[in-house]
Amino acid sequence: MTAPTVAQRPPAIAPRRVSLRARRIRRRVLRILGVAVLAFMAALFLLPVYVMLITGLKSFEEVSLARMWDLPSGIYFDNFVAAFRALRPNLVNSVILTVPAAIGSAVLGSFNGYVLSKWRFRGSETVFTLLLFGMFIPYQSILIPLVQFMQQINLYGGIPGLILVHIVYGIPITTLIFRNYYASVPTELIESSRIDGADLFRTYRHIMVPLSAPAFAVVLIWQFTNIWNEFLFAIVLTRPESWPVTVALNNLAGSQIVEWNVQMSGALLAAAPTLLVYILLGRFFVQGLMAGAVKG
Amino acid sequence: MSRDRLTAAAMIAPSVILVGIFVYGFIAWSARVSMSDWQGLIPSYNFVGLENFTQLILHDRRFFIGIRNTGVFSLVFLGGAIVLGLLLAIMLDRKLPAEGFFRSVFLFPMAVSFIVTGVAWRWLMNPALGSRMSGLNLLFDRLGLDFLVNQWHMNPPPWGMAFIGIPALWQMTGFAMALFLAGLRSIPEDLREAARVDGASEFQLYRRVIIPLLRPAVLSVVIILGHISLKIFDLIIAMTGRQVALDVPAIYMWTTTFDANNFNRGAAIGLLLLVSVAILVVPYLWYSRRQEAEL
Repeated sequence: MTAPTVAQRPPAIAPRRVSLRARRIRRRVLRILGVAVLAFMAALFLLPVYVMLITGLKSFEEVSLARMWDLPSGIYFDNFVAAFRALRPNLVNSVILTVPAAIGSAVLGSFNGYVLSKWRFRGSETVFTLLLFGMFIPYQSILIPLVQFMQQINLYGGIPGLILVHIVYGIPITTLIFRNYYASVPTELIESSRIDGADLFRTYRHIMVPLSAPAFAVVLIWQFTNIWNEFLFAIVLTRPESWPVTVALNNLAGSQIVEWNVQMSGALLAAAPTLLVYILLGRFFVQGLMAGAVKG
Repeated sequence: MSRDRLTAAAMIAPSVILVGIFVYGFIAWSARVSMSDWQGLIPSYNFVGLENFTQLILHDRRFFIGIRNTGVFSLVFLGGAIVLGLLLAIMLDRKLPAEGFFRSVFLFPMAVSFIVTGVAWRWLMNPALGSRMSGLNLLFDRLGLDFLVNQWHMNPPPWGMAFIGIPALWQMTGFAMALFLAGLRSIPEDLREAARVDGASEFQLYRRVIIPLLRPAVLSVVIILGHISLKIFDLIIAMTGRQVALDVPAIYMWTTTFDANNFNRGAAIGLLLLVSVAILVVPYLWYSRRQEAEL
């Protein structure tokens, strides 16, 4: 009478199959939810750029804090022109400062990276660690002697002095990136070049440098961004006629006479070069970012 | 061989000498200034022992406020960056569409200076209320989110300082995300499959398997962002100018040295900052160097 019970019982595998399907559906829902959350977050991250952009594109008559979020009625460049007029000499200063400082610190970093990865000597690890520590120090701890020293050697106040300072304090990060990069170059390459009779510097010049393009790209982009964006050294070590754009922009923002819309347009102008580099060569920038975090 | 040695020495000598002077020499010189009576425009190096330090730590209200502010800021900044960064990284790791685009969006603020961030956010976080309302407050008001309208960094201390963490998070969360994402990508797929086969739910998978494996990435985020928050300076200057309520030691050092000519006190603050950063960074540097030596 009760014989069929066993047969009627659903196969043991069934609940599992149902739960698998439920799982798949849940996963799909989660995916859609994930994209929605990401899109929302991305919108939040772009909000400041949106405000800067629409503010910059409004005409002077149209600008008001109460209508900050409204789209402009047309495209005007009044704000950008005004901001550019105020910041032009400083943008020029920033270029004059950033390019040689980035190149200088890259060259020194490449020398160090080569020696510290392929020509290790007793104590080279200690030298490397001591160099690395230089990138973490709060610059307030060396600021007073730095000002005194720059005055002593007559490099206080102008751009050349600031270039020197950025080269020196750039050495730790550039050394780190080059050392890690060169460590991945097979030692056989070095050895075969040595067997061919090349000395240490020729090997560097003819084997390592041609291989270094990606590392130079990472280092140059990283240093360009950092030096362009730097503020503390610039404000302490330069006189107004040599101010780079960060100091001038900060002054613009603290001023009571410059309108907020011109300040915001100035901020966008000051950010434009590094943003452009990020958009075009972001891959290298991100590599520099990661190199700074992953020690050794 | 010895010629090569000479070349090697010549290649690293400029850097070693420059860093030797500009980092270690200057730190030593700062230490000397910090133990001197130098106040005023003419340097004076009469030794006064640790007086400037005890004065700061025991009796200086402004220094105390600065430390408290750094604490409040670090809490918001580090906590926010870890939680948000982890969340974004986990979502990006799940191979959602347009992953590359999202990653670029979350990282782009890293390419911008703190000064630019500060200028933009001082208008977004405009504390004015009522008819003069603007920025985010205005947006909240328009969207019917009135309960979010507030005075931001002008809230009574120490909570005002917590809001400075928001632009800092805008700038640096992408960095935490990138580190976590790299950590997630290094976890082998087999491990996740194994956990799934064992019947772990997705939540359990993250809770019990994946997040514990991200501990080294969390450590990196804490060290790097932690030392940035100890040094935070430009962002506050650009957002608020110099207000005592939002003061931090890095700003105090600057104003007391270059506006008030208290060089000895400035040097002492600089060194205390250095010690706090060293406590955070040196064990990490030492540990990761040693770990590499073992490999």
